[in-house]
Amino acid sequence: MTTEREINPRIRIATTSLAGCFGCHMSFLDMDERLAGLLEQVEFNRSPFTDIKHCGPCHIGLIEGGVCNAENVQVLREFRANCAILIAVGACAINGNVPALRNYFDLQDCLQEVYLTGIGVTNPQIPNDSELPLLLDKVYPVSEVVHIDYFLPGCPPSADEFLQILEPLLAGQKPVLSQSRLHYD
Amino acid sequence: MQASQNTITIDGREIPFTAGQTIMDAALAAEVYIPHLCHYPGLPPSGNCRLCVVEIGNRSAAACITQAAAGQEIRNNTSELNAARKALTQMLFVEGNHICPSCEKTGNCKLQAMGYYLGMLEDHFPYFYQRRETDASHPDILLDRSRCILCDLCVRASREVDGKNVFAIAGRGTEAHLIVNSPTGKLADSTMETTDLAATICPVGAILIKEQGYRVPIGQRIYDQHTIRDIGLQEHATKKQEEK
Repeated sequence: MTTEREINPRIRIATTSLAGCFGCHMSFLDMDERLAGLLEQVEFNRSPFTDIKHCGPCHIGLIEGGVCNAENVQVLREFRANCAILIAVGACAINGNVPALRNYFDLQDCLQEVYLTGIGVTNPQIPNDSELPLLLDKVYPVSEVVHIDYFLPGCPPSADEFLQILEPLLAGQKPVLSQSRLHYD
Repeated sequence: MQASQNTITIDGREIPFTAGQTIMDAALAAEVYIPHLCHYPGLPPSGNCRLCVVEIGNRSAAACITQAAAGQEIRNNTSELNAARKALTQMLFVEGNHICPSCEKTGNCKLQAMGYYLGMLEDHFPYFYQRRETDASHPDILLDRSRCILCDLCVRASREVDGKNVFAIAGRGTEAHLIVNSPTGKLADSTMETTDLAATICPVGAILIKEQGYRVPIGQRIYDQHTIRDIGLQEHATKKQEEK
């Protein structure tokens, strides 16, 4: 019987940025010419690189950013339901990072300061359009919402580090990040 | 292995010690690294970070406050102990506000370097997100309590070396926090100066000297180049050199 892998041997990868700055995605693109080699082995499903709106069944999902609103939760759960291996990429996905600095304050106080009472605010009003996803009380690490298989620290992780985790996975092996590559900044 | 009169063994290696020496000092003198955050050569030990806990026979003890005794068979660099040390490091991270990319100490931080050394990829435990008071009153020194890991190195450095007694730890358990010995409780009203050992000994970004931020670029800092093991051994060797 012909397997799906024989028809389409390429590994499917989905990526997304939740409460992040897209810096991890930019760092991923820093692979430069090595991207050409990677694309012989993989194809992108839902990702800012493709504009596919929903995550289909994938081998690997890369999550940048923490979880700050209801839409982030929905996207993250969609990735978990569709990706065999889910990787938390970068400091924001792993511990909330800079977006989580709001966790030290009450959400209502943050909204008031930013949209009503802050210096230089004109036309003060707290946005409440029904199109806008509702903010969560705090910014959460992705691992507090879904199970995460691997963590890739860094702000951002370098292109080499992306390859260090992806290459073993593409070869069906367990990735191990070397101690000398480990950094949280 | 039968150890001779004045030796201990650490992970099967025989190491000499002198009377009154701690396991930590004997180990570092023999270039055996026992992970530590609150130990600093030349300061009295306090045994509060617990990272240096080793196994001596069937019991566990902090190497920095336990005296070496003839024949001790000590386990230090085992996967079980290092896993426990990683969990302790993760707890220190989540208890405070350790957002490395936004901290000036990044790359020079011993807590961060310990995470690297122990292969910590994530924090595991939920963050406390505690708000703790920042004291920016001093013209030259910033005190950000949200990064304090209560190692009390600044307390000991100020008392034992600087002779000033600027700091103390107040409160218990999760209420424990660093206080300043001045009439107002503010650093500006203390006798603290940038030349004090207490101003530079902080292993994390809780005590920072002002107007030095980012002079050394990220990527070129101490623990970007070296492991905490190398620096820990080097600090001990430097102190011994000074004493000679």
